[in-house]
Amino acid sequence: MSPRLEVLGVTKQFPGVLANDDVSLSVTPGEIHALLGENGAGKSTLVKMIYGVLHPDRGSLEWDGAPVRINDPRAARKLGIGMVFQHFSLFEAMTVNENIALGMDQPGDMASLATRVRQISADYGLPLDPDRSVYSLSVGERQRIEIVRCLLQNPKLLIMDEPTSVLTPQEVERLFETLRKIAAEGCSILYISHKLAEIKALCDRATILRGGRVVAECDPRAETTAAMAAMMIGEELTAVKRRASTAVGEARMVVDGLFLPVDDLHGVNLRNISFTAHAGEIFGIAGVAGNGQNELHAALSGEFLASRPEEIRVAGQAVGHLDAGARRQFGVGSIPEERNGHGAVASMNLVENVVLGAHHRENLLAVGFIKRAAAQAFTERVVAGYDVRTPSTATAAGSLSGGNLQKFIVGREILQKPAVLIASQPTWGVDAGAAARIHQALIDLAAAGAAVIVISQDLDELMAISNRLAVLNVGVLSPALDTAQVSVAEIGLLMGGVHGA
Amino acid sequence: MALKIEPRREVSRALVYGTPVLAIFLTVLSGFFLFAVMGYDPLTALYFFFVAPLLSLFGLSEIMLKAAPLILIAVGLAMGFRANVWNIGAEGQLTCGAIAGGGVALLFWGDEGVWILPLVCFAGLLGGMLYAAIPAFLKTRYEVNEILTSLMLSYVATLLLSALVFGPWKDPMGFNFPQSRMFTDSAILPIILEGTRLHLGTVIALMIAVAVWVVMSFTIVGFQLRVVGLAPAAARFAGFSRRRLIWLALLTSGGFAGLAGAFEVVGPIGQLVPVISPGYGFTAIIVAFLGRLHPLGIILAGLLMALSYIGGENAQVEVGLPQAVTGVFQGLLLFFLLASDFLARYRIRRVPS
Repeated sequence: MSPRLEVLGVTKQFPGVLANDDVSLSVTPGEIHALLGENGAGKSTLVKMIYGVLHPDRGSLEWDGAPVRINDPRAARKLGIGMVFQHFSLFEAMTVNENIALGMDQPGDMASLATRVRQISADYGLPLDPDRSVYSLSVGERQRIEIVRCLLQNPKLLIMDEPTSVLTPQEVERLFETLRKIAAEGCSILYISHKLAEIKALCDRATILRGGRVVAECDPRAETTAAMAAMMIGEELTAVKRRASTAVGEARMVVDGLFLPVDDLHGVNLRNISFTAHAGEIFGIAGVAGNGQNELHAALSGEFLASRPEEIRVAGQAVGHLDAGARRQFGVGSIPEERNGHGAVASMNLVENVVLGAHHRENLLAVGFIKRAAAQAFTERVVAGYDVRTPSTATAAGSLSGGNLQKFIVGREILQKPAVLIASQPTWGVDAGAAARIHQALIDLAAAGAAVIVISQDLDELMAISNRLAVLNVGVLSPALDTAQVSVAEIGLLMGGVHGA
Repeated sequence: MALKIEPRREVSRALVYGTPVLAIFLTVLSGFFLFAVMGYDPLTALYFFFVAPLLSLFGLSEIMLKAAPLILIAVGLAMGFRANVWNIGAEGQLTCGAIAGGGVALLFWGDEGVWILPLVCFAGLLGGMLYAAIPAFLKTRYEVNEILTSLMLSYVATLLLSALVFGPWKDPMGFNFPQSRMFTDSAILPIILEGTRLHLGTVIALMIAVAVWVVMSFTIVGFQLRVVGLAPAAARFAGFSRRRLIWLALLTSGGFAGLAGAFEVVGPIGQLVPVISPGYGFTAIIVAFLGRLHPLGIILAGLLMALSYIGGENAQVEVGLPQAVTGVFQGLLLFFLLASDFLARYRIRRVPS
């Protein structure tokens, strides 16, 4: 079969980084083709060139056998290319139908559009009510809007950018059925992911990118996930060393009936959250994004205050009424999800960022004055101890790569010897090497007697490092489960809101 | 063909500190053409505007005299601006400081005592702080935008001063002019340089500017103000209270403006009159940005802005330029500063349509 899309030797240079280096791939009609690679491997750059958002410096594209130049997304859509982005572009205050119309070149009249939306959502098993407002929809439903919007234009190639990162396992299964159906009708699908199991389950072929180059092409159904991981990372992953689950120590952080109403219309109220994190354990909190993770992190670290002091106790002391600085005196460390602007100030240098997070416990102040030498020394310990690759300690935090900045923040928190460490998405957007290092650091910290609470959407991560885990769903936390004895399916049900299963 | 604005990857430090110089240069250049179009000899006009005041001791002392309140107010405002607290109402806080300081001076009118002058200054400080407490309360309690409240309160303060000098505080022997009695010597700032109007307040203003530099650069309080401005979430992460910092920024800037107001009435003016400031509170906003929100830069910027006041008067007398030229120069300077700041951060690129 002649290919629908052929990418021929495409190169794209950004200042300081060669994002795509002589990349070629071809997609045939009806094929589900995986584009596999770590963060920063060049996947997004490549699909942005296919979708007309970026233009290649060298190389060319062919569509149905004829050379094409795709100047902008409108031209791409005209050819029959649809794309579902990882971050949706939806207006929350508008209805599904209005959102779909806004993203189309020729939406037609609203009533007939609504009929077509209903038709397509019925045909492809994508239940969607065109008259609902977007803010009332779950993330999975929002994604369906984007998919339906593409399908309305009868695409010949559908590009999906990390579509499952925000879905529950059950939602993922449903999405896969839809995608298989779309492919069976002759539409090609370019599926971008770094989740190997999914690619094995869904895709016919895979192109693997590393550092901007194609390193392999394979049939994912015939390869083991370990083999694909090795191709993707370029080395065998060193498995994290887990200590045999030791007897856990005393209760470190006790959360008892925590309620947190939020002002934000689209925030999630935390309802009656209770759990205990013990010394020596990693306590995982799983859940799909937007179920109250940010609010829970803020409540535990002290960025939001609890309504009663007793709702949160650290080593027996009620701390619910104390802000983040005061809780640090009790040994509560925090690694927020967002590095730039939350865990660190991007435009400040590393020494200043050490002052930001460590002055409470590391004796960096003398009568209100910052002790520069002490801060400098602590910064050097973090940089050396946690393999932070930076030109100097005077470098602005924002110019470090994601992985290095995260190692810096993790190091800054752990070197303060916290009694309790709360980490949100500690390896999000971080390369595999840095992720392994961060996991090891968290495991070592717990082994040294701290209670570590990891809030993550990456279930594999929690299964790998946590001793016990609970699931957060619309602001409610499930009872804690022993990681060694729980199945992914059970957690998936909890993530989808089925309690007591 | 279309134009596209995109952020520069690296903003060079030289550019950030160089833009004020560039802005000054462009302002003078525009002045040159402006004067030419108006039918004056541009070089003569510029000479009397920018050079002549620097050539006499009197000119220099007048520049210092005018720069002091600008510097004092601007360093306070800059603390707030760094923390994203936009106190636009320094003019009103200056007026309230003048009312409070002047009120104390009138209360002890005719009394002797070395304690009167410190009390007057303290009252000025307190008056400005109290007036800035209104936007601070509204902001921290009800999230009311401080730009609007502080700005609008400026006009209220001016009217309050008028009400006092037209009414209860009017000089009984003053032929019904709207002004208070002249303060007695014990409430007047001593002159520090014989033959000029340079008073002790000028020195205090400079000392405060240096103190603010120390606080902003070396203490945790300055660090907190900078963090809350750059990254509010990071400030919450570190447990820095946004409320407390808003109060701190507004009270400090209000207090300094109030002190500047008191210095004016017990310094060069010597009594309360309906208008006590040629817009120092607003001009100080330009001074703060021209000085890159840095106290040492603000000292230089304050001197330059004072030169534009003195030079404007000088050019008015010597060449017959209209008084509005001073305002035009200050406006041009702010415009060029903001424009070159923008171009230091962004670049404009042509894109084929």
